[in-house]
Amino acid sequence: MWEYTDKLKEHFLNPKNSGTIDDADAVGEVGSLSCGDALRLFLKIDDEGRIEDAKFQTFGCASAIASSSVLTEMVKGMTVEEAEKVTNKDIAEALGGLPKEKMHCSVMGQEALEDAIRRYRGLDAVPAPEGEIVCKCFGVTDVQIKHAVVENKLTTVEEVTNFTKAGGGCEDCHGRIKELIDEIRFGVTELKPVIEKPAKLTNIKRFQLVTQTIDEEIRPALHKDGGDIELIDIEGTVVIVSLRGACVGCPSSGVTLKDFVERRLKETVEDAITVREA
Amino acid sequence: MRPVYLDNNATTMVAPEVREAILPLLEDEYGNPSSMHGLGGRSGKLLSEAREKIAAGLGCSPSEIIFTSCGTEGDNTAIHSAIESQPDKKHIITTRVEHPAVLNVAKHLERKGYDITLLGVDSEGRMDLDQLRDSIRPDTALVSVMYANNESGVISPIEEMVEITKERGVLFHTDAVQAVGKIPLDLKKLAVDYLVLSGHKIHAPKGVGVLFLRRNTPFRPFMLGGHQELGRRGGTENIPGIVGLGVAMDLAVNHIEEENTRVRAMRDRLEKGLMATIPDAMVNGFEASRLPNTLSIAFKYIEGEAMLLLLDQFGICASSGSACTSGSLEPSHVLRAMGVPFTYAHGSLRFSLSVYNTDEDIDLVLKELPPIISRLREFSPFRRGDEGLDWVEDH
Repeated sequence: MWEYTDKLKEHFLNPKNSGTIDDADAVGEVGSLSCGDALRLFLKIDDEGRIEDAKFQTFGCASAIASSSVLTEMVKGMTVEEAEKVTNKDIAEALGGLPKEKMHCSVMGQEALEDAIRRYRGLDAVPAPEGEIVCKCFGVTDVQIKHAVVENKLTTVEEVTNFTKAGGGCEDCHGRIKELIDEIRFGVTELKPVIEKPAKLTNIKRFQLVTQTIDEEIRPALHKDGGDIELIDIEGTVVIVSLRGACVGCPSSGVTLKDFVERRLKETVEDAITVREA
Repeated sequence: MRPVYLDNNATTMVAPEVREAILPLLEDEYGNPSSMHGLGGRSGKLLSEAREKIAAGLGCSPSEIIFTSCGTEGDNTAIHSAIESQPDKKHIITTRVEHPAVLNVAKHLERKGYDITLLGVDSEGRMDLDQLRDSIRPDTALVSVMYANNESGVISPIEEMVEITKERGVLFHTDAVQAVGKIPLDLKKLAVDYLVLSGHKIHAPKGVGVLFLRRNTPFRPFMLGGHQELGRRGGTENIPGIVGLGVAMDLAVNHIEEENTRVRAMRDRLEKGLMATIPDAMVNGFEASRLPNTLSIAFKYIEGEAMLLLLDQFGICASSGSACTSGSLEPSHVLRAMGVPFTYAHGSLRFSLSVYNTDEDIDLVLKELPPIISRLREFSPFRRGDEGLDWVEDH
């Protein structure tokens, strides 16, 4: 059973603003039959561009219903300009949090709001997402995945699935999603050895290769996120480093060390390399 | 408040008689059956007695019983045993509606180079014997078909499938976790090579199961260790669980008639009552032969998890094949294999009864569920006659 917050349970058991607005100024619609959720959001907007009323109809689980309910409460009284800044994170936070597997319910709320605002402005429904379709099961593109990774600081395929649904079906796209995460986080798409690996390493040669890889590739990549790395020592094949800057205290630092620093050093220096934080 | 427990295909309460039998084993009678002292000897005797009870319940010899930790271990052991004993055969036949304990093993073996044939089912969840007949090849190592489906309750034509399979000299495994205790089962008449059951589905505690291994069937141990279970499954036996399972098997055999009369009548009353009062509802597997305790019913326009949580407010425990209950993004693979449309599949509920349910339990569901469904349909964007699905992605 999911662990739902009291706030979420309250919005599910006693949803606010369910129903329709007959003379709505905007209606946002979003949903997917396969995932079993759909939301229709009605907005009544006054002449000053302020949202007077908001109502919803939702097909979905408790998280989807609660996300819809809290969204309508949030946007009532906002101007359209204020409402368009509402993100899925705001919706999740207003519920006191959502189970990670249910984050896409808050994304659905944000998308319905975006759709409604576009229609209010006389634009067509949200256009088909740009980019290459990465997840064929749920029709999610690389642009959408990159957006979710940047906005929510996602570091794993599982997190991407929770936020975008991408990768939640046949799983064939997991490799590509991982590449996209690396591209955003480390500024690299495909890691190719730039340094020729010698057949047998002396300690001096190993030290040179590790230093060169850190200086030329790893440190510049971490700088993009405001982080840094310092080489402390090399004991045999164990490379001891210390993270600096924004990497210090980052909840994803373990992933950075394992999935980026260690992986890259294995590729450029030798397979036996392991990385440890000082 | 006593829960109205209608989720017995997920797990069952421990029967009072089972509990009574187990308690001394958690107190003073804690011996290891392999030990050479009186305390161990008494455990060994209890182990033998439980083995005999279970063998009697299944219609087999005690030596054909291997105790396991659960149904999943039994299924994994049977499949691995069949393929490891026939290394030249690289083809396995199973079905799209199996439990993950079989389906995920099949996927794993596919990645290792095995060819997997997944038999389909029709809209009622029924299997096609001709499809099985056509699928068997000279290199088929095993046919694995569940005895009864955990979600729809649909019973497979196991006897006919075994006959077809045996004619071609292929091993047959059945996951009978949902069938044992609900429909009569006699291994003297049913020529399967491997059969699996799980204790917690028949009112024994969790953590114990059985793999039936027919005499002279090829076997390779999956769990390597000591000499326990005649060297076929290492690891100290779970004596409290096994003793409990022995008692539970006795009870299950004695309850078969009640399952097929009183429990079936309660299930039928629930089914008819819900179908009569709730429009746009559908019984999954309605035309098929089904377990007497299982009702899989789907309600259009709404989603299963929301129904479950609202039922829980009244102490009613059921389950759903909707995506949202599993953390997956797609609804039950069983309902999808049956071709149940998404709008129904997401709104499915499964009620699974036991002999411990009463008419009052059914009355409560018949009273509380219709208003829950009406309420959820009030704020669904889909409507009868105006389903408005054109704006929803249908992948």
